[in-house]
Amino acid sequence: MSNAPATTAAPPPVEKIRIKVDGRDVEVPKLLPNWQGKLEPTTMLQAVQIAGGEVPHYCYHPKLPVAGNCRMCLIEFGTPMMGPDRKPVLNPDGTPKIARSVLPYEPQTPRGAIACATPISPGMELYPSSPATKQMREAVLESLLINHPLDCPICDQAGECKLQEYSVEHGQANSRFVEPKVHKPKAVDLGPRIVLDDERCILCTRCIRFTRDIAGDDALGIVNRGSYNTIAAWKDGAFDNNYTLNTVDICPVGALTSKDFRFKMRVWFLKETKSVCSSCATGCNITIGSREGTIYRYEPRDNEAVNGPWMCDAGRLNYRWVARADRIHDVYVRGVKSTWETANREIHALLGRAPEGSVAIVAGARQTTEELYLLKKLATRLGALTDSIAREGEPDRLLVSADRNPNSNGARLTGIAFTEMGIQLPKIAEGIAAGTIKTLIVFGEDVTKHGLGADLLARLETLIVSDILPNATTAAAHFLLPGCAHAEKRGTFVNTKGRVQKFMKAVEPPGDARAEWEVLHEWVHQVTGQNGFSTIEGLFNQMAREVPAFAGLEWSKLGDTGVTITI
Amino acid sequence: MSFSVPPTLEAELDELATHYPQKRSASLMFLHAFQEHFGHVPREAVEWTARKLGLQPINVYELVTFYPMFRQQPVGKTHIKVCRTLSCALAGSAELREHFCQKLGLDSHKHTPQTTADGKFTVEFVECLASCGTAPVVMVNDDLLEKVTVTEADRVLASGKK
Ligand code: SF4
Ligand code: SF4
Ligand code: FES
Ligand code: FES
Repeated sequence: MSNAPATTAAPPPVEKIRIKVDGRDVEVPKLLPNWQGKLEPTTMLQAVQIAGGEVPHYCYHPKLPVAGNCRMCLIEFGTPMMGPDRKPVLNPDGTPKIARSVLPYEPQTPRGAIACATPISPGMELYPSSPATKQMREAVLESLLINHPLDCPICDQAGECKLQEYSVEHGQANSRFVEPKVHKPKAVDLGPRIVLDDERCILCTRCIRFTRDIAGDDALGIVNRGSYNTIAAWKDGAFDNNYTLNTVDICPVGALTSKDFRFKMRVWFLKETKSVCSSCATGCNITIGSREGTIYRYEPRDNEAVNGPWMCDAGRLNYRWVARADRIHDVYVRGVKSTWETANREIHALLGRAPEGSVAIVAGARQTTEELYLLKKLATRLGALTDSIAREGEPDRLLVSADRNPNSNGARLTGIAFTEMGIQLPKIAEGIAAGTIKTLIVFGEDVTKHGLGADLLARLETLIVSDILPNATTAAAHFLLPGCAHAEKRGTFVNTKGRVQKFMKAVEPPGDARAEWEVLHEWVHQVTGQNGFSTIEGLFNQMAREVPAFAGLEWSKLGDTGVTITI
Repeated sequence: MSFSVPPTLEAELDELATHYPQKRSASLMFLHAFQEHFGHVPREAVEWTARKLGLQPINVYELVTFYPMFRQQPVGKTHIKVCRTLSCALAGSAELREHFCQKLGLDSHKHTPQTTADGKFTVEFVECLASCGTAPVVMVNDDLLEKVTVTEADRVLASGKK
């Protein structure tokens, strides 16, 4: 992303400002990155965060332009008093006297400032926990709730709603509002993936700013005036770009909901698993929400080096296939349902006696780096030709990569594919046609669509296929092995910029399906006689020691957001 | 009604746009011109304006809905705007509007403009018409009526019925 952190150039000395937060001395940088990463005067809100506190806020979002419209972040503050000589006025004990900010015509009443948009100045004192601040928060919440329908029991946001959270923390239990509430449109069809409940909206404009300034699609606005203000698109259904679902994430209340997730599951039941999107080579970091073995949603997970807080709609919604009923559940040997034991025994024997060069391997760049590494080990022992298959699409200016494989670089770095993917496929086809290649191993691709048609496959003595969903190649397999979706196993992908990112297992695979790396680990052991690691940590570390591009890496050092290597 | 912008109006609007350092600033003037021409601002005019000024229709629509003066539906031939702000309210503008509504068979409880079925009259409440000293004040189309009495109101209705 454009706002990726500055690279390794030595950071210039940071100018600091001394202020006080709730009576404690703190030093904060004078300038901090704004939503676009440009340095701007540090705001009160950022300063309080640095001091370890939190200022409740709705409209402020670190990756969106500041709007300052919700007033939730109001805090009481003071500045050093200046004498007529422009010198600070001192207390008897020599400390600077602080003038608390008050209303000019009503000096008993504190005048707050919106912390999200007010820069700090030297000697300033912020009082984010003072009684006056608390009162301001109460008042703001009370006015936000005036027309709010309070339909939390049927609201998808309940459990992750800022309005709920702040009301509990900073609000008051009872409403003093006796007038009828203003009613606004419910269940507005804003776009193909978004439903809007205008009554729940607090008009923070995060959605408007996101789609205008981040997605580049100025599709939303506020219509009408005063208490009738309503978020709207020009036409029902008009809010349609590949990033619309991010507005559901950033909407602080339950106004914007995902048609896909709406009314499906209460969020507090969801198990959260750190993972990576597998729909293109960008590798957006995600959190998988699942319950009892079923995936309910993908959400973006913040990673400054990759996707920031966003992800595309296509990637987010590409999880349904994991639960498809026609998944390959069982091991088949020559069309007959079998077991891993039988299949593996035969495969080990077969590969063990295969003459040099009689085997070829096609491994999809959707397999994990560890799996590709193990396949490469096998290929080296067998003198096998190897390749992957490129998967291309239209890129966009924000996140989506033209490369729709999540691990093309993994395939390249492990030596399974050349820079130009698929360049070996014609040679493999020739080998099969000439009868020199007798065994083909395919992992996760339908090779019949890429020059190795059913007629060629029919000439093979042995076709070993591992896949997730049925296709023409799996139909021709002598050995058919059920594989795992990436959400069902652990591993790493290397994204288009060389970011090595690990992902965790969210759900169990169906039936007899097993993580491919576990199976391959056994094959390598049996065929090459080498001992490998039977844990993903050990396997990754072994790969890092053997493959130069990964030198120095360790599974544990990848952290939650990965490490960038030179590619 | 099919929407088309006559060449003279288009030329006038093109010229108008040149008055502003930023084209988008001409939006309001465009909307005024359309309302003058069509009697209201149809949706097509919003799209046309957006296209012309390099905006999205929603940007222009925000303006149209913000200002009650812009009408999205056609109004009656006689458009009666009763001031409801303080001086006029004290001087009985609510009763005056009630009188108009009753005489015309309109629902005075609705807060939006009401138009009679025959399309002859529209009655609505508006904010201060800046003639507070002569309250209550009513605008009938472009004419300002001051210190309006029930008799005068009836005269307005009578001449509008013709
Ligand atoms: S819909 Fe949500 S994000 Fe958009 S303005 Fe309303 S509360 Fe804010
Ligand atoms: S941009 Fe690519 S990696 Fe990111 S969410 Fe979309 S498909 Fe997934
Ligand atoms: S966070 Fe909304 S005004 Fe500051
Ligand atoms: S209050 Fe009616 S004109 Fe000002």
